[in-house]
Amino acid sequence: MLGVSGITDRIRHAGNSRGIYLSASALSNHFGIWTPKDLCSGNSGKAVPGSGFQRRPSKLQHGRSYKAQPQPYQLTLPQINSILKTNEYSFKVPEFDGRNISSVLGFDSNQLASNVPIEDRRSAASCLQSRGMLLGVFDGHAGCACAQAISERLLYYIAVSLLPRKTLIEIEDAVENERPVLPILHWHKHPNDYVSRETGRLYFTSLRTYWQECIDLADEEKLDTSAALKHAFNRLDSDISLEAQIEASNPYTNYTALRVALSGSTACVAHIDGTDMHVANAGDSRAVLGVQNPDGSWSALTLSTSHNAQNPEEVHRVRSEHPASEEKTVVRHDRLLGLLMPFRAFGDVKFKWSLELQKQVLESRPELLTGDEFFRSYPANHHTPPYLTAEPEVTYHRLRPQDKFLVLATDGLWDIMHRQNVVQIVGEHLTRLHIQQPISAAGYKVTVGQMHSLLLERKARMSSAFKDQNTATHLIRHALGSNEFGNIEHSRLSKMLSLPEGMARTYRDDLTVVVVQLNSHLIGAYNRAEDSID
Amino acid sequence: MRSCSVPKRSCLWAEMFPRLLSDVIYPSQCHLPKTCWRRSSTAPVSNVRPLPSQAHVVICGGGIVGSSVAYHLSKLGWTDVVLLEQGRLAAGTTRLCGGIVSTVKHISIETMMADYSNKLYQQLEQETGVQTGYIQTGSISLAHTQDRLISLRRLVSRLQVMGIPCDIISPKQVAQLHPLVNIHDLVGAMHVPGDAVISPPDVVQAFVTAAVHNGVQIYEGASVNHVMVEKGHVTGIETDRGHIDCEYFVNCAGQWAYELGLMSEEPVSVPLHPCEHFYLVTRPLEQGLRPDVPVIMDLDGRIYVRNWQGGVLSGGFEKNPKPIFTEGRNQLEFQSMLEDWDHYEPLLSALLRRMPSLESTEILQLVNCPESFTADMRCIMGESAAARNYFVLAGMNSSGTSFAGGAGKYLAEWMVHGYPSANVWPLDIKRFGVLQSSRTFLRHRVMEVMPLIYELKVPRWDFQTGRQLRTSPLYDRLDAQGARWMEKHGFERVKHFVPPGRDLLELDQSKTFYKPDWFDIVGAEVTCCKEAVCVIDMSSFTKFELSSSGGQALEILQHLCSNDLDVPVGHIVHTGMLNDRGGYQNDCSVVRLNKRSFFIISPTDQQVHCWSWLKQHMPNDSQLQLEDVTWKYTALNLIGPRAMDVLSELSYVPMTPDHFPSLFCKEMSVGYANGIRVMSMTHTGEPGFMLYIPIEYALHVYNEIMNVGQKYGIRNAGYYALRSLRIEKFFAFWGQDLDTFSTPLECGREFRVKFDKGTDFIGRDALLQQRQEGVCRRFTMFILDDHDTDLDLWPWWGEPIYRNGHYVGMTTSSAYSYTLARHVCLGFVHQYEEGTGAKLVVNPDFVNRGDYEIEIAGQRFRAKAKLYPFSSLFTQKRRKDEMELSSFQGK
Repeated sequence: MLGVSGITDRIRHAGNSRGIYLSASALSNHFGIWTPKDLCSGNSGKAVPGSGFQRRPSKLQHGRSYKAQPQPYQLTLPQINSILKTNEYSFKVPEFDGRNISSVLGFDSNQLASNVPIEDRRSAASCLQSRGMLLGVFDGHAGCACAQAISERLLYYIAVSLLPRKTLIEIEDAVENERPVLPILHWHKHPNDYVSRETGRLYFTSLRTYWQECIDLADEEKLDTSAALKHAFNRLDSDISLEAQIEASNPYTNYTALRVALSGSTACVAHIDGTDMHVANAGDSRAVLGVQNPDGSWSALTLSTSHNAQNPEEVHRVRSEHPASEEKTVVRHDRLLGLLMPFRAFGDVKFKWSLELQKQVLESRPELLTGDEFFRSYPANHHTPPYLTAEPEVTYHRLRPQDKFLVLATDGLWDIMHRQNVVQIVGEHLTRLHIQQPISAAGYKVTVGQMHSLLLERKARMSSAFKDQNTATHLIRHALGSNEFGNIEHSRLSKMLSLPEGMARTYRDDLTVVVVQLNSHLIGAYNRAEDSID
Repeated sequence: MRSCSVPKRSCLWAEMFPRLLSDVIYPSQCHLPKTCWRRSSTAPVSNVRPLPSQAHVVICGGGIVGSSVAYHLSKLGWTDVVLLEQGRLAAGTTRLCGGIVSTVKHISIETMMADYSNKLYQQLEQETGVQTGYIQTGSISLAHTQDRLISLRRLVSRLQVMGIPCDIISPKQVAQLHPLVNIHDLVGAMHVPGDAVISPPDVVQAFVTAAVHNGVQIYEGASVNHVMVEKGHVTGIETDRGHIDCEYFVNCAGQWAYELGLMSEEPVSVPLHPCEHFYLVTRPLEQGLRPDVPVIMDLDGRIYVRNWQGGVLSGGFEKNPKPIFTEGRNQLEFQSMLEDWDHYEPLLSALLRRMPSLESTEILQLVNCPESFTADMRCIMGESAAARNYFVLAGMNSSGTSFAGGAGKYLAEWMVHGYPSANVWPLDIKRFGVLQSSRTFLRHRVMEVMPLIYELKVPRWDFQTGRQLRTSPLYDRLDAQGARWMEKHGFERVKHFVPPGRDLLELDQSKTFYKPDWFDIVGAEVTCCKEAVCVIDMSSFTKFELSSSGGQALEILQHLCSNDLDVPVGHIVHTGMLNDRGGYQNDCSVVRLNKRSFFIISPTDQQVHCWSWLKQHMPNDSQLQLEDVTWKYTALNLIGPRAMDVLSELSYVPMTPDHFPSLFCKEMSVGYANGIRVMSMTHTGEPGFMLYIPIEYALHVYNEIMNVGQKYGIRNAGYYALRSLRIEKFFAFWGQDLDTFSTPLECGREFRVKFDKGTDFIGRDALLQQRQEGVCRRFTMFILDDHDTDLDLWPWWGEPIYRNGHYVGMTTSSAYSYTLARHVCLGFVHQYEEGTGAKLVVNPDFVNRGDYEIEIAGQRFRAKAKLYPFSSLFTQKRRKDEMELSSFQGK
């Protein structure tokens, strides 16, 4: 595959291009256009004009230069596994009395960093005061502050939005009287998942204000899930925006709030409750459902729309929100104002606040931002804010027995893998684990030879399945290491994982994958029950 | 061995009752292992009759082993026997096992048992009228590699002298004998034409029929809940159907023997553990398979294959066994154990590689038949140390059908006569103590044992699991200095020390029948023992203290030991403890600590055996105290001419022979530590001292010795060096060279027997008689003449000895003597009368006037025989040497 010289070649190009083209893009992928797909597949179609990117040398030259180079150091399999498995997390919904009463069997999640530190975040929690499970992936840009804040806060906002007024009053009452508060969420966190402590107070105050408003304003009727999700997204974004404007007593909190507001993050959250699945998405992460056809093959059903320049409707929406004079500048080079790849995101107040407000906030506290060139520059062509919104698009899907799993992933995955491919790999991996049940020859007419080849096949499957118990890890391994035949190629995987810190970002984005396994038995039972009522 | 021929009565009976038996017999051609035992109502057994309230013997377990014991007891005239089976007869492993009777075993006693079983099964049908499915098919053991072929050659030379026809054959001959075998990757094979297959449940039926006829009572559906023991004797048992008073109890409960052992007033440790065992049964082949097609044992492929009603039955011993019932889940019979095809896959691959044409044969069933395995791959037999008359026979290591006949015979003899007719020490339950009874230990160990059944047995292999159980306090210190360890009775002992910077081969690669990679290392240790001084940690020895308020201790020892123990305080006496046949029950060194107490040093594996022997013969006297102090002392052996210099420097006491004569013991201080028992003996014939150190001083004394010894060139040494030294000095070793059948007179130790010491000791009469009649075998030392150490196969033990071309015995141990630069083998020389095979008296003249050859894996090497050690060859001589040399002692 890629020769060493090939890689260095392209890295030089990439470096140049970034330098020339996007001065303000040092920190985030959304400001840099390089995606692993561009680089690895040699597809220069998306390359930025004038970047100096050239097609890679022909295969012949390539091969020769490869030979001339000394064999590079290759990671061993245990090393690769240890890198891939560092952040993997699995959660199985506990069975009650031998039966699983949740429509979610469990989920596997994993992350692979290319930025240092990683800017992706993931969250998962079960709602305790209402039903259902919430899972989300958050792709941060311009730093990880916003993604971090969203990952800690968004699920709370959603849960609060979903709670009936009565429960909110109980909670408020408990907080007021300093009694123990009913827990709202049960988190499923990887030990490496970071939780910020210093800002906890601020976050809690904002959340409390939110539910107090809900109590004061809302009707007795609770919101339907779709509206609740939208409400929660918007509310959190406006809270982030407000927190950055007010001056808190604690300078660190202050600093963090501003960092959160200046950085940005997309969000893709799924809420699964019984046969109801809602996916709320803002940005270019994606949720894809794995559907098993009656013949056993797999097809992908996308449950979110990406909010970026590849989505014509979204481009149209953005353009329509601004005067015709800005039509050329609002979306340039497939980016919002020529800078931002996702068209919807949390934070990024530069795209939301007026220039006056930005100046006022930033210049009032220059000490917070010293030395950071990026934060002080303002977007060009900034005339009629806001350009950016955190309003999610919510998709509803009624789960069917053939819906086996849901993949939530940031664009790091979707850039290098087609959704059909993703569903294929996950589907096969999950069913292999299931199929590997003991077999019995009793009652069948089997010859020794047939049994032997069956056993060998099972053994081969076992050995590959054993490598990754975690489906998300399995998916990442395939995403990085698959060759054209869909087999994992060790040398390729090794190269992709041993890229030096600064270089990794030019080949692949941060990758976050959550694979939710659905309880199709239970869903089938629900469906039958509902059908019979109808 | 053939004493158990068919008594007239049985023959008569079989003739008299053919009609009655006809409904007991059922065609063995049309049943599967699983469906073998369908009907029990017509069997001569009952599960409704009330149990008797008393019996002479109660046997628990109605498998092939239990029924064989019942059969043999009844043959020996013990007919007041009750056999209890918790489920139905032959319902456990017996029902499901493959039914192969093979003499291809790695220990002589096992081969003898299998040979006897084979002959017994052969005539059982005639004797009882019950069809046993016996077909003499022969067996072929295949070799993929030259190493495997060597091990088969060794087996052939051993089996042939035991009267079992067998031969090494070429791959082509294999193809002629068996139509299905793919021979392309074979280098050779071993053919044993006498091996056979049987239907185990039918054999049980035959045993039971004969035993019932002789008066044995058999009850199905009766399980033993408790064994009562009073004053160390079995008195009765409690079953779910009532109480039975009995004098003898026999535990033949197969894989439940461990649990049954614990269900006793005095828990009896039966260290075995079951593993799942799989075999495949196919439907008949299209072209059919002759019923007498040989059994194939593809050892390197880990499988066996036998004919099963025109199809094949093939199982094996996989590398990754599945232990089962560790928690002791009891059940009446094996219900439907789960078939695990994925687990069986490697064995199926091996089968198809060996017999590719089976590919199109239809599968009938994969049978899961748990087998019990023991901690050392040998079965468990004999009287428990915990309770007298509590006998055990279990742990067949998947050779139950091969062993049941012979083992049942030996156990019956043991019970009736007090001892079996052959040396069964390798199988004796007393080789184990409670230390082997941990479930975790057994679970881990059997996972190593099961694959080992078909693995290449190379010299000096050690178990790798269940290690580091008993260690000396110096373990870590020695380990850091490059010690390589072996295990004896759970105790870690040093084999040798690998010098820093020297890399020995990995375990797997160091398996060789030729010169091992540690040859030079041990050579250097031996040289150091000869020229300077070496220290060997020998803490594993069994150490007892016997003391009394009066003269009782001396009295009892005088009764048990053949040597005279009424010696001055501080003297060490090498002595045997003999049985009433004059054979060595134990070979030990006894130190007279003071007038009324003695310190007894025995071989490591005598811990249970000797203890039980002493306890058995001790009067119930509260004034007499026996204590096991093995764990209290660390033993360091200082070997070499400079040992006395080291010791005298550490103690400021002159240690020269004049001040410290040989075979003398003194409590003294070494370094800062006081109360060290220093004994002038080394168990090798070399000058030096044994130091018995209370364990808390062990590290101090060791450090001091190493510090001071530095200027004398001290170094650590291991047991391989010790072994080389003791064998070149012709020291016999109990458990290897000596057993309960060898007498002091046969091994040139008459000087250690004091007939006229004034006390009648056990075995005196037998020895007097033997002295009168002359001995029928003599312990002899052989020096291999034309053996090339570098290029030829090394002797190990169990090699046949030929005198003037006639077989006269087998070697019992061997070692390379670095002093002689030759291999030395030890062994007994017999004189068999030509024609009859009767044993004649062997006098020294017979031994000396013969040309000897030792056969190693089919190749014979000339050897010089010696009845006395080569003392003249050893340069380092001391005045007192002769005394120790002549009164040698080895463990």
